[in-house]
Amino acid sequence: MLSLRKDRKLFLPYVTGGVVPQWTDHLLALQDAGADAIEVGLPFSDPMLDGAVVQRASDQAIARGATVDAILADLDRIRGDLRVPLIAFTYTNLVERRGADRFCAMLREHGFGGLILPDLPVDEAGPVLAAAGDLDLVQLAAPATPPDRLERICATSRGFVYAVSVMGVTGERDTLTAEAYGLAGRLKALTDLPVLLGFGISGREQARQAGAVADGVAVGAAVMRRILDGATPADLGTLATEIRAGLDSAQV
Amino acid sequence: MDVAVRPQAATVMREPSPAGRFGEYGGRYVPESLVPACREVDEAFRAAWSDPRFRSQLTGLLRAYAGRPTALTPAWRLSAELGVTVLLKREDLVHTGSHKINNVLGQALLARRMGKKHLLAETGAGQHGVAAATAAALLGLGCTVFMGERDIERQALNVHRMRMLGATVVPVTTGSRTLKDACSEALRHWVTTVDDAYYCVGSVIGPHPYPWMVREFQRVIGDEARAQCAEHLPAGTPDYVVACVGGGSNAAGTFAGFVDTPARLIGVEAAGGAPLSDGVPGVLHGFRSQLLQDDDGQVREAHSLSAGLDYPGVGPEHAYLRDLGRARYVTADDDEAVAALHRLARTEGILCALESAHAVAWVLRAAGTPELPAGSTVLVTLSGRGDKDMPTLMGETC
Ligand SMILES: Cc1ncc(COP(=O)(O)O)c(C=O)c1O
Repeated sequence: MLSLRKDRKLFLPYVTGGVVPQWTDHLLALQDAGADAIEVGLPFSDPMLDGAVVQRASDQAIARGATVDAILADLDRIRGDLRVPLIAFTYTNLVERRGADRFCAMLREHGFGGLILPDLPVDEAGPVLAAAGDLDLVQLAAPATPPDRLERICATSRGFVYAVSVMGVTGERDTLTAEAYGLAGRLKALTDLPVLLGFGISGREQARQAGAVADGVAVGAAVMRRILDGATPADLGTLATEIRAGLDSAQV
Repeated sequence: MDVAVRPQAATVMREPSPAGRFGEYGGRYVPESLVPACREVDEAFRAAWSDPRFRSQLTGLLRAYAGRPTALTPAWRLSAELGVTVLLKREDLVHTGSHKINNVLGQALLARRMGKKHLLAETGAGQHGVAAATAAALLGLGCTVFMGERDIERQALNVHRMRMLGATVVPVTTGSRTLKDACSEALRHWVTTVDDAYYCVGSVIGPHPYPWMVREFQRVIGDEARAQCAEHLPAGTPDYVVACVGGGSNAAGTFAGFVDTPARLIGVEAAGGAPLSDGVPGVLHGFRSQLLQDDDGQVREAHSLSAGLDYPGVGPEHAYLRDLGRARYVTADDDEAVAALHRLARTEGILCALESAHAVAWVLRAAGTPELPAGSTVLVTLSGRGDKDMPTLMGETC
């Protein structure tokens, strides 16, 4: 079960598990700089909803031997230092391969509170929901989602609702679009769960804008681009501090 | 080995469940952003397929433009050599050179009916890309084709054809740089363009309704062949029906015409890309089926000389037919396919595609064995012609 803070706007950075040898140091740096939970990417060879940066990160992690077991073992080593919840972000085939029961049990045993599967729409989620137990299966909503589906997504989602801010794949973008505002607003009217905007949020100004309409942001490509370019944990801390500041200055 | 015709035969190869299931396979595993688009295609296809005007438009194009019906050619000399009666369903003779045009004309008409302005397509061998570019030109639509860099190299002729027809060919540089990656990239692109673009999937793969819709557009192969066999064969239907299987569209279209007959249905995969022999259930490109993958769930790359069979997944309905025991799936390797291509060329004067040569290769191997006893009648779908493969073949020793 995900317990997320209610006293401030939420910052959820994403890190591809195993992308570089010291990847868990990056996790801890993000935590120290104000992350409220961390999405750990379990890399998949064919990430359908990811743009070039996260694709490259996934390929690099897989080439480094970042199996699910290896990633979980890395996380176990920093378990004592982790204060924020972990959310797994992966694709349905990794769940299929082990079977939903085994996969969800494994995540729970390793301290995960939530699971995001971007290629598992609510219509196909039955078996994973049945296996999830108190692992929160977070549902995603998109700008094109019609009202009846939004209701179903909100009713099914656990932990929070992930509002995909663009009709597109993960990747940095310059501005928060009108469709992102619209979607966040529609979701807020339908659910008491936190609504987090993700996809394309890459800096302080967008975080501030997003914080005005949603309960927080998920940030992936902006983090992963830096890691791929050789950023140190301290460099990531700087990005996280910026985004934290943007969120904290949001006018609700 | 015997493939018994089970009682389910009368009900298989109809409509999948409303969720797009063929048994435990199929479904619609796409990002939420694409769910409305898939539903729109589903609704539009259902309406079109029960609209006599749409049907007659499509039939008209298939006749006057694509050159259907295609011939059923008795392979006299090969039959005499093998001791089995071989009939060839000649999809190599249609416009653009492969069965892909059957599906594309259907989907392009559907796209136009839906008010879409642009076709997106993935391609491996380039035959689907060429067909999509052709249909787009014919109907005045734009066309963007995603193609793996490796396939661009080995199917250069088709790349030129697509460009000449006005399509934009986008090289895909990720992963294995083949059909698998082209599919992923086409889906990613579709997410950003759903309002104007129609994703024209090239085989019986993808999210619901594509596997079903593409099979329906390809069933013209099987329906024609069934009627032609009724004229040619004393028994009315062949003992065996054989087709190559990449994603599985020419096989699905062929099988659809014979699934309710006693014919034994044989699908031939490339040995280096044979999920129905070497795969386990998995989810890729929006559907659940048998999939080549490792223990962690990472998709394994297929390796076949024929670009059109170089795919780690397979249409969900084939996985279902296999589990039911209604169809049997076997493999042929690169060398067997090349040898079969040469032999067919010299005995019948037909230079078929490397993909199709896999189906021929199985017949050559099995003829006269208990798998395909002497005296049997066998229908083989030649899915396409070999022109595109000449550079590859010229590099091989004969
Ligand atoms: C000539 C030919 N045959 C077969 C195939 C394989 O596709 P399918 O299995 O969908 O018929 C292709 C694909 O590119 C092809 O070009």
